[in-house]
Amino acid sequence: MRYLPLENSDRQKMLRSVGVSSIDELFADVPEAARLDKLLDLPLHMGEQEVERRFAEMARANHCAGDGPFFAGAGAYRHHIPATVDHLIQRGEFLTAYTPYQPEISQGTLQCLFEFQTQVAQLTAMEVANASLYDGSTGCAEAILMARRVTRRNKAVLSGNLHPQYREVAETITQFTADELEMLPVSPGEPGADLAALMDALDNDTSCVVVQNPDFFGHLQDLSGLAEAAHAAGALLVVVVTEVVSLGAVMPPGEMGADIVVCEGQSIGNGMNFGGPYLGLFATRQKFLRQMPGRLCGQTEDAEGRRGYVLTLSTREQHIRREKATSNICTNSGLCALAFTIHMSLLGETGLRQLAMLNHQRAVELKAALARVSGVSVLGEAFFNEITLELRAPAAPVGETLAGQGIIAGVPASRLYPGDPALENLLVMAATEMTSEADIAALAAALAEALA
Amino acid sequence: MMNRQGRKSGTGGIAAGEAPETFTGHSGLDHVEPLIFEIGDNAKTGVDLPAPGDFTPALGGLARQQPSGLAGGGLPGLSEPEVIRHYTRLSRKNYAIDSGLYPLGSCTMKHNPRLNEKIARIPGLSDVHPLQPISTVQGSLKVMDELAHWLKTLTGMPAIALSPKAGAHGELCGLMAIRTALEARGDARSLVLVPESAHGTNPATAALCGYGVKSIPANARGRVDLDLLKEALDDNVAALMLTNPNTCGLFEDQVIEIAEAVHAAGAFFYCDGANFNAIVGRVRPGDLGVDAMHLNLHKTFSTPHGGGGPGSGPVVFSEALAPFIPLPEVVSDGEGLRLREHPGDGDRSFGRMTAFHGQMGMFLRALAYMYSHGADGLRQVAEDAVLNANYVLAGLKDVMSLSYDGPCMHEALFDDSFLKGTGVETLDFAKAMIDEGFHPMTMYFPLVVHGAMLIEPTETESKASLDEFIFALRSLAEAAKAGDTARFAGAPHLAPLRRLDETAAARKPILRWVPNSSVEP
Repeated sequence: MRYLPLENSDRQKMLRSVGVSSIDELFADVPEAARLDKLLDLPLHMGEQEVERRFAEMARANHCAGDGPFFAGAGAYRHHIPATVDHLIQRGEFLTAYTPYQPEISQGTLQCLFEFQTQVAQLTAMEVANASLYDGSTGCAEAILMARRVTRRNKAVLSGNLHPQYREVAETITQFTADELEMLPVSPGEPGADLAALMDALDNDTSCVVVQNPDFFGHLQDLSGLAEAAHAAGALLVVVVTEVVSLGAVMPPGEMGADIVVCEGQSIGNGMNFGGPYLGLFATRQKFLRQMPGRLCGQTEDAEGRRGYVLTLSTREQHIRREKATSNICTNSGLCALAFTIHMSLLGETGLRQLAMLNHQRAVELKAALARVSGVSVLGEAFFNEITLELRAPAAPVGETLAGQGIIAGVPASRLYPGDPALENLLVMAATEMTSEADIAALAAALAEALA
Repeated sequence: MMNRQGRKSGTGGIAAGEAPETFTGHSGLDHVEPLIFEIGDNAKTGVDLPAPGDFTPALGGLARQQPSGLAGGGLPGLSEPEVIRHYTRLSRKNYAIDSGLYPLGSCTMKHNPRLNEKIARIPGLSDVHPLQPISTVQGSLKVMDELAHWLKTLTGMPAIALSPKAGAHGELCGLMAIRTALEARGDARSLVLVPESAHGTNPATAALCGYGVKSIPANARGRVDLDLLKEALDDNVAALMLTNPNTCGLFEDQVIEIAEAVHAAGAFFYCDGANFNAIVGRVRPGDLGVDAMHLNLHKTFSTPHGGGGPGSGPVVFSEALAPFIPLPEVVSDGEGLRLREHPGDGDRSFGRMTAFHGQMGMFLRALAYMYSHGADGLRQVAEDAVLNANYVLAGLKDVMSLSYDGPCMHEALFDDSFLKGTGVETLDFAKAMIDEGFHPMTMYFPLVVHGAMLIEPTETESKASLDEFIFALRSLAEAAKAGDTARFAGAPHLAPLRRLDETAAARKPILRWVPNSSVEP
């Protein structure tokens, strides 16, 4: 077996050194009834070629995004990843290192985390950011728990236009905690109605309002008024961003008054990978630092006065505080954070803005092309790279029809809100720098035909 | 000539054998590397994108001001060669499995096969959106279904939730299923029992699940004290969370009695599967009476640790808990595979752990690893992991102090009594290992012994590698006893940096770069 360095001769010598005659003696503590004396009913070991063959076969059973026009978004986005990113994250020194608990021999990972935290803070216009969480959805739930710790209030109000799976995760994670969630109704066509409902819901028990921008249906909104209202009521504003590229073009949440910003960072440096691993970005104000979940990297000096970095403020964390920790999180999303940092260092402010405007332009073109299709109306006026269509027929069968023609048309809202007749005809679609004019033309033609 | 620190470079003579003070501050292959913010430029980019054409934006008056004018300035960019050099230089300051033995107990730092990386990057499996029509993702669902089959077979458990993102997330998933099952039978309980030796995530998870935590002491053999456990078990206890093999590297030999006692009290048995590597293919947790157990794919199944994630923590469940597991779930409906994403009528699933379906990129790597090993190779993994740990134990037990009598499983636990009176502490001893070219072992964990040193070599170390490690540790133990304390007090001497001031870092946190704030590099 190619991954196992010991030869049988080594094993024999080593057993003698240990002072036993067989490997079974080393498993003597296992109760007899639980000892497996034969192999489990699974295939035997395989060479590289055979493994590759099996996966190639499974890959052929997929239609992947590169196989045709592609417009799915709804929390995961298809962007180009420079070859440099994937090369660097595969350097064994990054790939095969553990959490940097020994800073003297982990400065590579630690300095990257320090750069990451700074980039996230700059991008969101917040004061501090952590070293990442699992993804946007779990980060959103962590923000709700954190808002309770900060405000000592326990009612979180969730926008109706927050990604429905983020809402489900928040409900799941808080079901046995002291948090109460107030879920506002969905308003796909009227983003203003959602904002007004959030303001109305604020009261003296509110720990935070959670709002996504652009929202699940793609609408962009100015949250400054909501921030003022939340602060006047003593609550925090939590802003969720599922498409982080938008921050290259759109006013950042920090400038709108956000107290906690949670982003899904997948779009920068990380592929879609059928839903994971992704990258939770989490930023807040300096004054809430000690209630922040997740790892933090900080600057310090070594014994000779040289600048260096360490994991810090770990008294918030589970391995020190155990049941009193701010979160149970241990592993985060380190390598995805590295991919983000490297991609962001390639882009810089100039490249990020170009990328974002290119995305926006494609979405504007997409909207214009689809608005001409009979049986389609486009919801909303202000958006970044994602729009929602209202079709004259249920969206899911239309999506299936187009998939049959090799076009991934978007995500039918019914996939995420099953059984809601009001949402049945909605199709959420994204355009990115990967979208070509030909893709848009093919989509428009196919949609026209499917709706005819 | 002034160097970058603004001082004259060392031009005087240097003594024979002494390292010169360099003009650059670099030290041979080890370069001093500034932050991206100190070398990048807002106007520069390393990506060639087409310029956006002429169009009317529809951002609703919410365009970002450029340059952003944020405190801290804009985001710096660099050309591709500069980015490659910057991150390559940084990478060289890391210790990694690829460069040497990484004996972190409880972390299973085994070789990360590159085939896994290749598989995870096949476009047909990686360039796939999680919400594409189900008919277009049959291959991805097949991967999930295969992984589920292998993990259920290896653990002897009938149900699985693949979605948890890491071990701690898996623990939460398991405990939530337990709490939901208890509530479904109208049984409100408030306490979770956790052995003293448990990972910190266990009590933190129990708290997040709304439970109080009670600690169960270990007996003199480093195992759960069965009598004290029985005393603590009553109708207020929801679950026992037990790591097996435990964090002392020992198999809980009374585990079947433990499971029976837990079940007799109407509670559930949660097993922390962090140490599954020791028993894969030789013991099925389902045969031990376990009700729920997470598997760290980044430990036992070789997905890379990546400097702290991403992990993946699928959870296997017993029949009793199967109705309550979270969604989504891959199911077969005759026409093919599909995802059950929403609860149906009468569904008792406790909810959803994450958006989408879990760490697919890790599923691919773990499945490639399992295919590569097969049933035979996986059993050999456990045997070699246990043999390697016992070989280290046998090679060190006369010079270091073994906490509990062997044999051990996949890791060997020592305490600091062999350092008594030497003036050398566990931390110093571990830092001196760095100068010998090794990553330190896990220190001060588990909490049940004083100055713990937990060594897990894993099965992917050769005998020659273990021999070198054993000789190095023996020489360090002997040096400590011989009073050679200088070697330890300032260690490491030969790493990119000396010991760092962690107290200062916590007292006055500097968590991001801001202009002109940096101390001299």
